[in-house]
Amino acid sequence: MDKLDNQGIWRSLQEQFAERIGLVGEPHGLLTITTTKEHIIALLSFLKNDERLRFTYLTDITAVHYPRQEKPFAVVYHVHNLFQNVRVRIKVFIDGDQPTIPTATSVWEGANWMERETYDFFGIVFEGHPDLRRILNMDELDVFPMRREYPLEDPNRVDKKDFYFGR
Amino acid sequence: MSNSITKITPNNPVFFDNDPQEELTTLNIGPTHPATHGVFQNVCQMDGERIVSAVSTIGYIHRAFEKIAEHRPFYQITPLTDRLNYCSSPINNMGYHMTVEKLLNIEIPKRVQYMRVIVMELARIADHIICNGILGVDTGAFSGFLYVMQEREFIYEIFEEICGARLTTNIGRIGGFERDFNDVAFRKIREFLDRYPPVLREFEELFVRNRIFIERTAGVAAVTPEQALSYSWSGPILRATGVDYDVRAVAPYCSYEEFDFEVPVGTNGDVYDRFMVRNAEMWQSMHIIEQALEKIAKEPAGIFHADVPEFYLPPKEQVYNNMEALIYHFKIVMGEWETPISEVYHAVEGANGELGFYLIHDGGRTPYRLHFRRPSFVNYQMFAPMSSGMLLSDAIINMSSLNVIAGELDA
Repeated sequence: MDKLDNQGIWRSLQEQFAERIGLVGEPHGLLTITTTKEHIIALLSFLKNDERLRFTYLTDITAVHYPRQEKPFAVVYHVHNLFQNVRVRIKVFIDGDQPTIPTATSVWEGANWMERETYDFFGIVFEGHPDLRRILNMDELDVFPMRREYPLEDPNRVDKKDFYFGR
Repeated sequence: MSNSITKITPNNPVFFDNDPQEELTTLNIGPTHPATHGVFQNVCQMDGERIVSAVSTIGYIHRAFEKIAEHRPFYQITPLTDRLNYCSSPINNMGYHMTVEKLLNIEIPKRVQYMRVIVMELARIADHIICNGILGVDTGAFSGFLYVMQEREFIYEIFEEICGARLTTNIGRIGGFERDFNDVAFRKIREFLDRYPPVLREFEELFVRNRIFIERTAGVAAVTPEQALSYSWSGPILRATGVDYDVRAVAPYCSYEEFDFEVPVGTNGDVYDRFMVRNAEMWQSMHIIEQALEKIAKEPAGIFHADVPEFYLPPKEQVYNNMEALIYHFKIVMGEWETPISEVYHAVEGANGELGFYLIHDGGRTPYRLHFRRPSFVNYQMFAPMSSGMLLSDAIINMSSLNVIAGELDA
């Protein structure tokens, strides 16, 4: 079997998905693509089940909050081809008001807790998830603490203001 | 109840749902229970000694490291990584340093890479000592644990010699180490290589062919490779199922590609195989350390960090007497780095599996986002589903063999 490289992966994904996926770049050699939440499960299944790509291993699911963007949440998937040691990163940008995305538990069972953690910290609802509850924080918490608007410590504290450091 | 006789075996549990005298008991194991070695809660529905279903509750020592990391300059995040898997914190430290160095495109001298390999492999041995020793304790053999515990103590002495700390080490800096290994450290590493093999051999003799141990562990909590991969398992427990995925071999970092070592795999994925894989890995780790010592001897002495003055703190006497050193010192401490805007994922083989760092940087003083891919968190989610149908005592040793560390689980 010939060696998978980023161009080859991108070409075979383009054949399958055409304009439904976009290329973000290759930061530090890791192919990063983007898609929409309508096509994420089809893309993940294709990556996993295609005979040539074989990205059978889900490394990680997490999210990033970009409050100034039009679509402020990015759900980030890392998948891994263990046979040839190639990784691909997939980013899905979603709306801020009702952040929802289909669950990947239908593709990998291991997505379960990763998605629960993402829900717990960012409030992203994974539709179809079998058990979407908070996981690390207490159940009574009514905020999603990893969103950028929640400060780490008391915002009224002044002794750490940039002003005092000439910044 | 039907009249047919069903043979009840560990793999074929029968629950008499219609039995009027049957009562399921709810049993809370944890949050603090001596048998779980950490802060875990599992609410189990019990049918006698057998678990019908279990629900894991985690997060009791969640400390919001990812949130804190967004508000700290890069060099202040290393102490947070100590507290993930505190049984092998040097691996976490090194993994984090390497992630930042990848972001900053810093080339690390070979000697420093070999020093890191030594530290990481010592930490792996210390972690496996704990896991396998505790597994022995949970199956009723206390003495083996005490034999190997002495050697873990000795590894901590080596860490103390290298960095001054024992458990939460904060070893090394971005760009290398804060100081060179001293002669005592090298002498103790060599002494460890001499004194540990007989102890490990004795430890193996206690367990490997021990009938009680085999009956308690063989066939218990067997996992197929398909299940393990579907649950994104990694580390020794994945290799026990027969999948040879080791980050050190598959995606070498820190010059691991220059070392000659084997990736031990099991066949059944049960508790016994996990124990054997960890033991075999300790032998491999010692083999790696030996090679690293040889390689260090061939490198020019005295190099313990990369030549990157803009990221590596200068020695204190230079700060007082040298203009550039003062400027760099000030800039580093205030977090005023010229850093590329990028994102990077870097994984190392932690003692429990793939320990990944996903770092997004927007050019500010702090990371924009830092996510830890914690092997314990990912590995532990299969515990509750796989517990159903298991004897309570088997579930306990299954948990020890997963080697879930609460700090890494909860971040």
